[in-house]
Amino acid sequence: MPGISAFRFNLRVALIALIFVLLLLPPLLNALPASHPLRVSDFVVAVTGKWICYAILALSIDLAWGYAGILSLGHGAFFALGGYAMGMHLMRNIGNRGVYGHPVLPDFMVFLGYKELPWYWLGFEYFPFAMLMALLVPGALAGLVGWLAFRSRITGVYLSIITQAMTYALMLAFFRNDMGFGGNNGFTDFKDLLGVPLNTPSARAGLYLAALGALLITLLISAYTVQSKFGRLLIAIRDAESRVRFLGYDVTAFKLFVFVLSAMMAGLAGALYVPIVGIINPGEFSPGNSIEAVVWVAFGGRGTLIGAILGAFSVNALKTWLTSFAPDLWLLVLGGLFIIVTLFLPRGLIGLGWRRRS
Amino acid sequence: MKKGASLYLDGITVTFDGFRALNNLSLIVEPGELRAVIGPNGAGKTTMMDVITGKTKPDSGTARFGDHDLTRLDETRIANLGIGRKFQKPTMFDALTVFENLELALKAPRGTLAALHWRLSGEARDRIEEVMAETGLMDRAKDRAGILSHGQRQWLEIGMLLMQDPELLLVDEPVAGMTDQETEHTAELLRRIAGKHSVVVVEHDLEFVRALGRKVTVLHEGSVLSEGPIEQVQEDPRVIDVYLGR
Repeated sequence: MPGISAFRFNLRVALIALIFVLLLLPPLLNALPASHPLRVSDFVVAVTGKWICYAILALSIDLAWGYAGILSLGHGAFFALGGYAMGMHLMRNIGNRGVYGHPVLPDFMVFLGYKELPWYWLGFEYFPFAMLMALLVPGALAGLVGWLAFRSRITGVYLSIITQAMTYALMLAFFRNDMGFGGNNGFTDFKDLLGVPLNTPSARAGLYLAALGALLITLLISAYTVQSKFGRLLIAIRDAESRVRFLGYDVTAFKLFVFVLSAMMAGLAGALYVPIVGIINPGEFSPGNSIEAVVWVAFGGRGTLIGAILGAFSVNALKTWLTSFAPDLWLLVLGGLFIIVTLFLPRGLIGLGWRRRS
Repeated sequence: MKKGASLYLDGITVTFDGFRALNNLSLIVEPGELRAVIGPNGAGKTTMMDVITGKTKPDSGTARFGDHDLTRLDETRIANLGIGRKFQKPTMFDALTVFENLELALKAPRGTLAALHWRLSGEARDRIEEVMAETGLMDRAKDRAGILSHGQRQWLEIGMLLMQDPELLLVDEPVAGMTDQETEHTAELLRRIAGKHSVVVVEHDLEFVRALGRKVTVLHEGSVLSEGPIEQVQEDPRVIDVYLGR
């Protein structure tokens, strides 16, 4: 029996190693001379980098949903808040190079007649502060929503609806100009990050590798969490929450812990995503984004971590390919995927390869 | 007799949509006592356990365990006071193995960080193996709980209760689905545990209650109908009328 689980463990590690080796290829092949047959375009690097950020988001959803059974349909909000924190830093980095040339205020504030920077923009000129906020703001929001919901024992579909409402409310708020976050245009026209102009090959490679490193770190943190007794308790809470209480565990604290950790991972993903795609706007809060991310996890196989990563890459690869010639079909295909997974692949793609003996 | 707290229920009334599940119920269980609770379906046996473990709050009455007012505490706090419960329908974590189920039940710090940093000590492993041997689950250690037979699930849940090492064990129908031999083994186990722990057993099986050979409380329509040794209770005309006579 230990032989089988050791084999499965090694297989899993080998698959993860393979994924990471493959993910190192785009920036390496991009560095080849333009004439080389194996060279990949900047577009491929940017798109793959974007998918890596999605994979981190998927991982965060898997931790909460696949293990603890918290089906959040609002993780896109944590992702977007992390993105906005990074966006604010990038806007401050523009300095006087904006269209209006104001030394402090971003263009949209000059346009809207702001006289000075709102207090909640203070500190975002510092990169470490912005990164900290990209983690803390989603974490604090998850802590508040989670505390209110979990202590009242709101679970299942009710919790999903609350999280969905949360992201929708934030979307409406961020669309408003007087929120001070650029309204429906959001932030764009970024110039540089940490002194490196964003439109250079080295910045592209650096952002890509930063995202890849973050994926590795979040995967290790998640793997440590789920293999510990904490992880087994999350599974116990998922399958028989009240039984865990009768064993003397504070279920609310465990759910809150994993929900906040998960939201911070989603925030990190968003912060890495924004400089890669070069824009953040309230559309990132749209409820559909959160649902789509849940489909990635379901498709890849929830409660496996690696399934979430595979799901994020495969569904997004399909989306990029399909929307290039038949964008109208995408939502139908996405819905179809969800039905196929629900009916035929309850354990997702991973379930095809990993048949647990019964 | 071990030091410990006594369970004290006085005048407990619980109403669900106008139905009185418990009606002015009073019951005292001394430290180290083994008590059997019997009664027909709907007599309020499970509701009584729900009140003691904090799942249901009574409309009126007093429920104390030692100095603690159980009506003010939630399930987690009550479990940590040392009250463990086995459910009528065996309830465990089907996706986890027998060993892992017992490990989660093992008496150890219950915090989030403690769970993150938990390392299985040799002592803890010995204790888990001891309980697996006691409950006959040694060779199923690595099987998922979901694939166990009904009788084995009963044993696993009893094992989880033993791992918690509670002062008071509430055991709801432990021998349903067990063979005669297993039933006898369970009775023997509970007799042995009592003394070190207080045990309240709810059971339909009168043979089993006889095998326990201790004080019996008969519930009927949410209150105590009769209380005493099994022989005496069996002779009580009210008990014969509502329960045994049927």
